[in-house]
Amino acid sequence: MERNPMRRQLQVMRKSLFDQGYLDEQFVQLEELQDDANPNFVEEVVTLYFRDSARLILNIEQALERKPFDFNKLDGYMHQFKGSSSSIGAKRVKAESTLFREYCKSGNGEGCMRTFQQLKKEYATLRKKLEAYFQVARQAGPMETACRPK
Amino acid sequence: MDIEVLSSMWPEDIEHEAGKQFNVEKPRGDQDMLEEVTIVEEPTIVDFQHLIELTNYTDKGSSQLAYLVKHWEYKQANAVRLLREELDNLSRQRQESELKKLEILEEHRFEEERYGGDKRSISILDGIYDILQEVPRRKSNIVVPSKRVEIDAEYDTVIYWKQRAMHLEKMLETSMQREQLLKEKLQESIKNLEKQSSPVEELSQILKRADNFLHFVLQTAPVVFGHQDKELRYRFIFNHFPSLQEEDILGKTDVEIFTGSGVKESQDFKKEVIDKGLPAKREITFETELFGSKTFLIYVEPVFSKAGETIGINYMGMDITDQVRKREKMIKLREEIAVQMAKETEFNRTIHITEETMRAKQMLATMSHEIRSPLSGVVSMAEILTTTKLDREQRQLLNVMLSSGDLVLQLINDILDLSKVESGVMKLESTKFRPREVVKHVLQTAAASLQKILTLEGNVADDVPIEVIGDVLRIRQILTNLISNAIKFTHEGKVGVKLYVVPEPPFAKEGSQPVSDGSTCNKSTVNVSKEETCTSMPQTSSDQRGYHGKKYEGSCQNHSQSEPGTLVKNGTKDVSEEQAELPETTMWIRCDVYDTGIGIPENALPTLFKKYMQVSANHARKYGGTGLGLAICKQLVELMGGRLTVSSRVHCGSTFTFILPYKVSLSCDNSDDPDDLSDMDDHGATNDDASADFFQFQQRTLGSLFSSNGSSRTQRLLPHNIGYCYANSHKFNGFSETKEMDFVEDSCSVAEAVEISSEPENSFRHSSDPHNESAICRDNHHWNDENAEARASTRDVSSCSETSRDVDTKMKIRGPQLPPKRQEKSDNCSQSTLNSSQEVSNSISKPKILLVEDNKINVMVTQNMMKQLGHTIDVVNNGIEAVRAVQCRSYDLILMDVCMPVMDGLQATRLIRSFEETGNWDAAVKAGIEQPLPSDSLQPDCTRPKRTTIIALTANASSESADDCFANGMDSFESKPVTFQKLKVCLEQYLP
Repeated sequence: MERNPMRRQLQVMRKSLFDQGYLDEQFVQLEELQDDANPNFVEEVVTLYFRDSARLILNIEQALERKPFDFNKLDGYMHQFKGSSSSIGAKRVKAESTLFREYCKSGNGEGCMRTFQQLKKEYATLRKKLEAYFQVARQAGPMETACRPK
Repeated sequence: MDIEVLSSMWPEDIEHEAGKQFNVEKPRGDQDMLEEVTIVEEPTIVDFQHLIELTNYTDKGSSQLAYLVKHWEYKQANAVRLLREELDNLSRQRQESELKKLEILEEHRFEEERYGGDKRSISILDGIYDILQEVPRRKSNIVVPSKRVEIDAEYDTVIYWKQRAMHLEKMLETSMQREQLLKEKLQESIKNLEKQSSPVEELSQILKRADNFLHFVLQTAPVVFGHQDKELRYRFIFNHFPSLQEEDILGKTDVEIFTGSGVKESQDFKKEVIDKGLPAKREITFETELFGSKTFLIYVEPVFSKAGETIGINYMGMDITDQVRKREKMIKLREEIAVQMAKETEFNRTIHITEETMRAKQMLATMSHEIRSPLSGVVSMAEILTTTKLDREQRQLLNVMLSSGDLVLQLINDILDLSKVESGVMKLESTKFRPREVVKHVLQTAAASLQKILTLEGNVADDVPIEVIGDVLRIRQILTNLISNAIKFTHEGKVGVKLYVVPEPPFAKEGSQPVSDGSTCNKSTVNVSKEETCTSMPQTSSDQRGYHGKKYEGSCQNHSQSEPGTLVKNGTKDVSEEQAELPETTMWIRCDVYDTGIGIPENALPTLFKKYMQVSANHARKYGGTGLGLAICKQLVELMGGRLTVSSRVHCGSTFTFILPYKVSLSCDNSDDPDDLSDMDDHGATNDDASADFFQFQQRTLGSLFSSNGSSRTQRLLPHNIGYCYANSHKFNGFSETKEMDFVEDSCSVAEAVEISSEPENSFRHSSDPHNESAICRDNHHWNDENAEARASTRDVSSCSETSRDVDTKMKIRGPQLPPKRQEKSDNCSQSTLNSSQEVSNSISKPKILLVEDNKINVMVTQNMMKQLGHTIDVVNNGIEAVRAVQCRSYDLILMDVCMPVMDGLQATRLIRSFEETGNWDAAVKAGIEQPLPSDSLQPDCTRPKRTTIIALTANASSESADDCFANGMDSFESKPVTFQKLKVCLEQYLP
C-alpha cells in the first residue's frame, strides 16, 4: 500500500470506478499515454470528452423534442457520442449508447427516450466521480496520476 | 352700553355676510377667550404717526375710520334718541301736570269769577260740560295714574270745594316731586352717557382686541408683514422673530437693512409692484448674513392714496424654505426617477439591440457558412467545366460565372471572418513560423498574379528572429490583404514589405493609439537600404526548390487549419510542448506595407478601417472590392493584441503599419542548426528561406510564353486589371477549402515557373504543361478582350480563375542570397529536392501517416498513442479533407474512420483507390473535389502512384461491416476504440 494517504485514496477511488463498472480497460490505455511530457493527459482527454459530449447531449435532447423522431439523426449523434465514450473507456455510458442505437435502428422512440434518460444519469454520475477523482489527483501531485497500479 | 354692537376693526370687506373669511368670536361679557393667552406685544413696531397719516390718506384707512365714526355716530344718535324720548315723556308729563294745575286754578278762578265774571261763560244749565275732557289723554305708559279725586263731601258745597282743592294741591305736589325725580334721572343718564361712550376709548379697546387676535394668530407664524412707503422705507413691520431693533428697520429700505443675494431682487420686485400698481406674488430666495439662506413667498400689494396715487406697498412674506427644499427634493427625485426610467428603457433597448445584433451576426455567420458550401460546389464545378470542350460563348459565360462566383465567395468569406471576430468565435492559434518565409510567400503569390509593371520587395531586418510564434494563418491573411490592396491602388513603382523589431509600443502598456509618424518610417527606410547593400547575393535555385517543398507542406497545413478547433495539428502540439519547456519572450515586430500608389486623402482616413467603407464611391466603382478587407485586417490585428495604422499622401503612396507581439522561443534562434529541426520533414530546404532578408519580384510584362498576345493584354489590363488582381489576391487568404486548393495550385505553379527558369534542361515536362495551359489561357484572354468593353463593369472586374493559374509568373529573383556558411547545406538540399523521389526516401525513414477522424477525443487519443509509438501523424476531419491531403502528399498509411460527416471513409477510400489505379482524380472531381493541377509536379513518377495502405476504424456498427470496408478498397479494419496493442500490430504489419 502507498504510504501517501492521498495517493491511497486515489487508488481506492480508481479501483471503485473500475469495480463498479464505470470505466473499462480503455481508461488504462489513456493512463499509459500519460508521461512526463504529458503529465495531465488523462485529465485533458476526459475534460475534452465532457466538453465535447455536452454539446452532443444537447443535440440529442433537442432532436428528441421534435416528433416524429429523426432516427437517422439521433443515430448519427449517438454514434459520435459512443465513439467518444468508448475512447475514454466510459463503460456504462457506452453500454447505454449502444442500447440507444439499437432502439434507433428498431425505431423504438419510447426505448430511445428511456435509454437517453438512463444515459444522462450515468453520464452525470461518471462526470461527478471523475471530477472528484481528478481533484484528488491534482492534490496528490502531478506524478501520482501517472502511476499505474501494479 | 354693550360693545357687542360694534364690529371689529377688520377691513370692511371681510364683514360680508357671504363667505366670511374671518370669523371672530364675539365675546359676551367677560367671556374673553383671549384673557388666558399671554400675548407678547413687543414685535409690533408701529409708527403711529404714520399710521394716522395712513388712515388719513389712504382709501382703506379713511373708509375704515369713516366706518368707525359712522358707527359711533349711530350709537350716539341712538342714545340721543332714547334720551330724547325719555325727555319727551317727562316734558309731556310736566305739561300734563301743569295743565292740571291750570285746570285747578281755573276751577278756582271760575269759582271766584263766578262772582267777578269768568272768561268762559258757562250756563248753569249746561251741567254736562266738563273741562276735564279737554285735558289730553294720558298715554298708557305714563307712570302717573289717573286717579279720580274722591271727595266725601257733598257736591257743590264749600267743604266739597275745599276738599277738592286740597286734593289737587297734593296731586300737584307729587307731580312736582316726580318731575324732580325724572330730571335727576335725566341728569344721571346724560352723565352716564358721557362717561361711557367716549369714542377714543372705545376705538382703542377695539383696536386692542384686534391686535390681540392678530398676535394670537400670528404669534408663531413664520410670516413677516409690513408696510413700506413710496421710497420703500419701512413704516410698519411685523416680524415674529425680530433680529433687528425698531430703529434699524423703520425708515429704511431693504437694501439698507441687509445685504446678500435676493435682497436686490425683492427690492426690485416691490418697485415693480409700485410701478405697475397691481398686487403680485413671488418666491425669492435670500442668502443673507442676517438669517442665512431662506426662501420667502412674498405678496406685495400697492397702497393708493385717495387721489389714486401709489403711496406705498403692503407686503407679506412667508418663510417657505422647508417647502421649497422639499419641493426641490421632490423635483430632483422626480428627475432622477425620470432619468432612471429613461436609462432603464435605454438599457432595455440596448440589450434588445445587442441581442438582436448577436442573433443577426449568428444568423449571418450561419447563412454565410450555409451559402458558402453549395457555392464552392458551384464554383468548383464551373472550374471543372472550363477544362472540358466548350465553344467560345459557353466559355465566356463560364468565365463570367466563375469570376462572379469567386467574388461572392470572397465576400462571404470576409463576412464570415468579420462576424467570427466580432462575436469572439475567432480563435487564434499559436504556431511556430518563419516571418521571412511568410513575407516571401506572400510576395511570391502576389507576384504570381501581378498584372502590371510593379516591383515587389520585402525587407526583413536582421534582428527579426528566424522563428516566432503566432497565428501564421491570420498574419499571412493580413499581409496578403494589405499587399493586394497596395497592388490594387498602385499603377507604377513598387510595393514592399518591411519587417523589423520595435520596442514594446506604448499602447501595449497604456492602450493608447499610436500614430505612425514619418520619422519612424524614415528610420526604417535607412534600415532597409543598409540591408540591401549588405545582403545582395544571388540566390541559388535550390532555394526555390526548397521553398517549393515547404510551400507544399505549408498549404497542406493551411488546409487543415482552416477550420479552427476541429483538429489538433501535431505541429501545434509540438510547439506547445516546446513552450512548456523553453523560456520565451515577447517581441514586438513592426510590419510596414508601403506602396507608391494613389494614396489616400486625409478625410478618408478615419473611415478607412470601417466596414463597407471605401475612400469614395468612385474608388469602389473603379477598383472594386467590398470594403471589408481593411476592416478584417484591423480586427485581426487587434485580436492579436496589436495595432494597425496608416499614413498616406495623395499621389505619393500609402504605408500601412501593423505592430504585433510575437512569442519567441529562445532556442529558435539557433534553428539553423539542423539537429534542432530534425523532426521537420523538409527543414533543409526551408532553412535558406528562413534567413533570407531581402526579396524582390518583378512582373515580366512580356513573358516569352505570352508574347503573342502580350500587347493586347497589357492594354486591357492596365485600365481594368484591378478587379482581376482583387479576384486573384483573395485566393491566398486561405479561408475556404476551395480557396485553399487554389492557393496550393497557385503556389505550385509559381514554384514550377521558377524551376523552369533555373533548370531549363530538366523542365521538358513542366514547360510543356504551361504551354498547354497558356493556350487555353490565351483563348480566355482573347475572348475577354473582345467583350471587355461591351460587358458590364462587373465582368471587367472579374476574370477567370483559370487564368490565375498560368499567368506569366516568371518572376525575376534579383536579390536571392544565401549566407556562405549554409552554402554547403543548401547544395545538399538542392540535390535532394531535384526530384520528388526524395519524398519516397523520406517516407522510408519516417512513415507518413494520416488519421482521418472527426471525433476530437479519438483524434487526441490516437495522436498521443502514435506519438508514444514514435510517429507524428497528420490529421484531417473528413473524407474530402482526406482526399485533398492525399492529393497534396503521398502517405504510407491512412487510418480512416468510416462514419464521418461530409464524406465518409468508404467513399474517400474509393476515390483514393481510383486515383491510384488511374493516375488521375477524375473520380474525386466527380465527387465535387477540385483537382489540383500542379500537384502532378509532386508526383513525377506519373506512371502509377503507389498503393497506400488504408485501415478502417470501425465502431462495430452494422453499417461499418468488415465486408463493406474490404469492398471499398480498404486493406484492413480495426474496431474502435483504438488501443496501443492494435496500433502497434497495425504499424508492424503494414509499415515496412
